[in-house]
Amino acid sequence: MGLLEIHGLQKKFALSTAVEHFELDVARGEFVSFLGPSGCGKTTTLRMIAGFEQPSAGTIRIEGTDITRRPPNRRNVGMVFQSYALFPNMTVADNVGFGLKVAKRPASEIAPRVQEMLDLIKLPALGSRYPYQLSGGQQQRVALARALAIQPKVLLLDEPLSALDAKIRVSLRNEIRAIQRKLGITTIYVTHDQEEALSLSDRIVVMRDGRVEQIGTPFEIYNFPRTTFVASFVGTLSILRGQVADPRRGAIVVDGQEIVATRGLEEARAGESRAVALRPEIVALHDGSGNGNRMRGTVEDVNFLGSIVRIRVRFGENAVSLDTFNNPASVPPQPGQAVTVSFPQDAVLVLEGSATA
Amino acid sequence: MTRRVIGSWLIMLFGALYFFVPLLGTFEFSLRYRRGVYSFEAYRIVLTDPRFHATFLYSTVLALSTIVFGILLVVPTAYWIQLRLPRLRPLVEFITLLPLVIPAIVLVFGYLRIYNSSSILPMTRSARSTDLLLMFSYVTLALPYMYRAVDAGLRAIDVRTLTEAAQSLGAGWGTILVKVILPNVRVAVLSGAFLTFAIVIGEFTMASLLDRPAFGPYLQLIGANRAYEPSALAIMTFAITWGCMALIQMLGRRSHTQAAGAH
Repeated sequence: MGLLEIHGLQKKFALSTAVEHFELDVARGEFVSFLGPSGCGKTTTLRMIAGFEQPSAGTIRIEGTDITRRPPNRRNVGMVFQSYALFPNMTVADNVGFGLKVAKRPASEIAPRVQEMLDLIKLPALGSRYPYQLSGGQQQRVALARALAIQPKVLLLDEPLSALDAKIRVSLRNEIRAIQRKLGITTIYVTHDQEEALSLSDRIVVMRDGRVEQIGTPFEIYNFPRTTFVASFVGTLSILRGQVADPRRGAIVVDGQEIVATRGLEEARAGESRAVALRPEIVALHDGSGNGNRMRGTVEDVNFLGSIVRIRVRFGENAVSLDTFNNPASVPPQPGQAVTVSFPQDAVLVLEGSATA
Repeated sequence: MTRRVIGSWLIMLFGALYFFVPLLGTFEFSLRYRRGVYSFEAYRIVLTDPRFHATFLYSTVLALSTIVFGILLVVPTAYWIQLRLPRLRPLVEFITLLPLVIPAIVLVFGYLRIYNSSSILPMTRSARSTDLLLMFSYVTLALPYMYRAVDAGLRAIDVRTLTEAAQSLGAGWGTILVKVILPNVRVAVLSGAFLTFAIVIGEFTMASLLDRPAFGPYLQLIGANRAYEPSALAIMTFAITWGCMALIQMLGRRSHTQAAGAH
């Protein structure tokens, strides 16, 4: 049994369904990210856990207690918002201590707890400042401290880094993860940034159009995406469409060239259209060695990205991108040049559904 | 460019003259109580008049009551509309504008018809209940100003997120309203309060027709029977109104400075 259990969750608005058939068990101390594009239902799901939205159906349990209809102020769920939502009329210390004051904790308990939280977010001396005197990154750290001060059972973060610039985003991301590990607090993190989700999470829930597409560890989501959507949303990926030639061997024909996938085609029928996906880092310009898949094509585009050179090779209808490390001693191929690319058979990701899905 | 600047200054000068010349005339006239010399005698007479004290105190108490009741009515209403019923905003704005469209005399005759001593709710039967009725009528009169001031203040903050942040920290509606929302619209509420004060302190029609000893009817009484004192009272009333306006400006500027510091 998970600390947070969500079963059959559904949210319908007047003209649309925002979330449906949402099932998730989150273990104590786990860090789970909801990842997906805008409008996929991730924030709505988070808001239902917080109690700001009432589900149309389904249940939410924390430690076995049904909290589905409980008001937000009686759930003991901490929330960090994208816009920080610090109370402008209160100092940093008052903001952090607000939840404790509301809970009528004694002043002798509040002051040390507030200081403990400020130490945790590495802003020990800023207790007397007002939110408008802080930078965006500092404000978000205070918002995190405020949410943690009440010792919530679950911490919810709604795109907390979206309003910050890139450098601060990365450092604060690491801080959030370090604090979460230190406190062992069960955390749900909403983001549309795949890098954030991959680097922070124990598990990722990829969502699309209000439904869960795939739940898995960052390793599983990145390396073994189950659907075309997950494959294309998480990381850079080339999707090749072809016809199954021999399901037993895992053979599929793409633009007249046969490639082999070690798994995923067992249930397929010969002649069926299927899509396979390749990550750019596993495709290489063929040097004549190895037993993997090989395909001949023409260089369509070469992008110099600094330490990496991304080359796009076209076979016909399909194309793949491949990454090579920049090497000043070796000139990359030129557009129009005929090349052979290779990739391991076990790196071919067979996607669910037909190629046109 | 220079010609345009000069033109602007000329228009402003004309406006200032249009506004200040009658005021200066009134002020100058109020100082002529003693023949041949300027003095503040008219002011002294007014300020030592027991009726002035009584009516001014009455109107001040009524204005403060109106402000308190107005805040209690308007802040939660505007907050709830912003938070949960934004679709009702046009309707509420229309209702709050009605006192500007309907003349005070029409309103007060309506009150007298509904709340007269032989009605189901005879609020005009005793002096205290009539005071209460007058206070409610002032709340109505000040509604367009109070509602707009508070609504503008609420629109300037992220009401929904602040509410949700407070809720997630365990706060109930009362705590949210008193500890989170009200302090953040304080300047707007004070603006509304000063406007209300300025309206109530000189209001004549309702107080007169409800026969209450307010400052407005006193101004009218003095104006009808004395020469120099009405001018002195007019200048004093202007000073009170300007004092209120200056306070609104000061508070507004302070909040702008704070907001600028946030960016």
